[in-house]
Amino acid sequence: MTRTLLTGNAVAAWGARLADVDYVPAFPITPQTEIIELLSRWSAEGQLAARVVMLESEHSMITAAGAAAATGARVFTATSSQGLLYGMEMLYTVAGWRVPLVMVNVSRGLAAPITLEPDHNDIMAARDSGFLQIHCANCQEVLDSVLMAYRLSEHAEVRLPVIVNLDGFYLSFTREPVELPEPTDAAAFVGAFAPGQAPLRAGHPTAHAVAVLGGGPYSYFRYESHLAALRAAEVYDQVAAEFDATFGRHHPAVEAYRADDAEVLLVMLGSFATKAREAVDRLREAGRRVGLLRPRLYRPFPAEAFRAAAAGRSAVAVIDQNLSLGFGGVLYGELASALAGMAPPPRALLSFVGGLGGRDISLEELFEIARVAGEAGESGQAPPPRLLYTRAELREMRKLQAVAHVARTAEDA
Amino acid sequence: MKTASRMLGNAFLLEGFEVQDAPRYGAERRGAPIFAYVRASGQPINERGIIRRPDLVVVADDTLVGIPAAGVMDGIVEGTVLLIDSAEGEVVWRRRLNAPGPILSLPLPTATNTSAQLLLGAASVGAAAQLLGVISKASLEAGIRDELVDLKPDAVEDNVAAALEAFERMTPHRGLVAEGAAASADAYSPPDWVELTTEVGARAAPVIETPLTSLQVRTGLWRLLRPVIDYDRCNRCSWICASFCPDNAIRVRDDGAPEIDYEHCKGCMICVMQCPPHAIDTVPEREAREKEREGAHP
Repeated sequence: MTRTLLTGNAVAAWGARLADVDYVPAFPITPQTEIIELLSRWSAEGQLAARVVMLESEHSMITAAGAAAATGARVFTATSSQGLLYGMEMLYTVAGWRVPLVMVNVSRGLAAPITLEPDHNDIMAARDSGFLQIHCANCQEVLDSVLMAYRLSEHAEVRLPVIVNLDGFYLSFTREPVELPEPTDAAAFVGAFAPGQAPLRAGHPTAHAVAVLGGGPYSYFRYESHLAALRAAEVYDQVAAEFDATFGRHHPAVEAYRADDAEVLLVMLGSFATKAREAVDRLREAGRRVGLLRPRLYRPFPAEAFRAAAAGRSAVAVIDQNLSLGFGGVLYGELASALAGMAPPPRALLSFVGGLGGRDISLEELFEIARVAGEAGESGQAPPPRLLYTRAELREMRKLQAVAHVARTAEDA
Repeated sequence: MKTASRMLGNAFLLEGFEVQDAPRYGAERRGAPIFAYVRASGQPINERGIIRRPDLVVVADDTLVGIPAAGVMDGIVEGTVLLIDSAEGEVVWRRRLNAPGPILSLPLPTATNTSAQLLLGAASVGAAAQLLGVISKASLEAGIRDELVDLKPDAVEDNVAAALEAFERMTPHRGLVAEGAAASADAYSPPDWVELTTEVGARAAPVIETPLTSLQVRTGLWRLLRPVIDYDRCNRCSWICASFCPDNAIRVRDDGAPEIDYEHCKGCMICVMQCPPHAIDTVPEREAREKEREGAHP
């Protein structure tokens, strides 16, 4: 199989192309724009039999995506950051329509202050919407996840939209060698979209997305969406097994890297987790029993897989690339709830927050996190959550504040 | 530089390496400084983003060396090879930089059919390929051709020629770049973490408390082409060039003539396009600077 150097963005577009999508409503935003540029070029050149339409906002884009999916079209769309937030109302709405579609989100930190580089606060804001979430760590995964996402989304017992998340810059603009499957193989894996009963047709009016009054009917629909999202965990495992059998690449709901005999487990989401893989390799060379857990599937939350993986460990250190202001790391909070009451629990659960707005997490920091976690495991005492920040970064910040004429305080002197 | 990093990435892939290449930029403006990273390994690559300890640093624009914010010298250690595309030689750069490792200077390509900027990338890649010692001439050429497939045939040949010339020039230094050792989890310097404390809200807001701080950013250094007004031809309709300038870098003098602020002109050349009497010339920045050094006024 030949491998081609492609950016995460180009690969996302290839995923849509190989899934043979019919309709791509689009709106550009850095760092996602390359995806829709490629799709519109392919559409214009006849290599993609899809209608690519530029909408006037993400709000309309997501509305159009859901409406087209209701007609039985296979839909792909993509956004990022502020765009995802701008379309947030329709994100929740479209998920409630129970229509399948795949949206790529290219993660980027949120305003204010506005920035370009990635963290996961944008995608975390969508976690309760009903969209399922798959998070990618490298470019190959982006392709494979888009193909798998259609299977998951269109499954008769799931029928929920799926977001495939990739990190801006670290994946979106980064080229890695990628195996592109033969179009016929990809088409055979994804299959034809069977919209089921009564797709929306102009000549056959039906009422979709009806209003309900009263908590009973409302609760029924909400509960059903929740149960479908939970059911998606099993469907995901089946789809992943079939993908592995077809293409020889296994993408479990939770990647466990050198975790079998690990005393300390690092937990990370997205492309920065490959840095943790590197750190684990170096730590293993130094005789430290450290491993990595990386959820690929984030909604539904793979709580069972985490409980099984965390049982009896000395320490689990969660490194969140997001920050729920006034709470802390989101993944840490969710993991704590998943592990609550389990026996035997890890002796210490630690929280670190870093990588906001593309801020690097160095190997040395990961080594230090593993060391601190190891100590916490021995003592059974987890230190308070740490916001990763160095003295050098603070010094740089003070310099910027001086240029901005921000009033100095006594501690600066 | 993004194109150059992709040419090198292609060549590495053809040689059977695992590859990762990525550009990194801040301001989304033409001419703004840009970095691009290339990693290659016999094993799958897990590291990503900034290369903290580069084995080879290629500087295509030597004016960036003097700008601390550009961070050209960041992470350079004893084993790091520094290649600077520059009209000035290695002796000058060694004296200027006091860098711990080897420094090489690559003379700037002379433009023929193709712009010198484009050739600079290809020449850098040709030199880098030789210094790395693991990329054959054939893979270098194929890597460049793959990347430039959308260019006109003449331009492709110019680029290949520039790369091969640089490749040959670096023959005495073949394989000078050695793969750095992997980081050690035993002997590492722990991060100098600091506890952030709560600061007064107004102080911790993203506010610039004073006007005109943007004057301190010399965006004129981004310029590759310089617009030069021929005042004999200029008919003083200054509101045209001054209003079209997206950076307010053209002011109208008391005598009604426009004047370009070269500290902040980024060289977008919109004024050149808009000037009704075609009185603004386009001069490559490097030439303009050389002339200035010789005492001529722009």
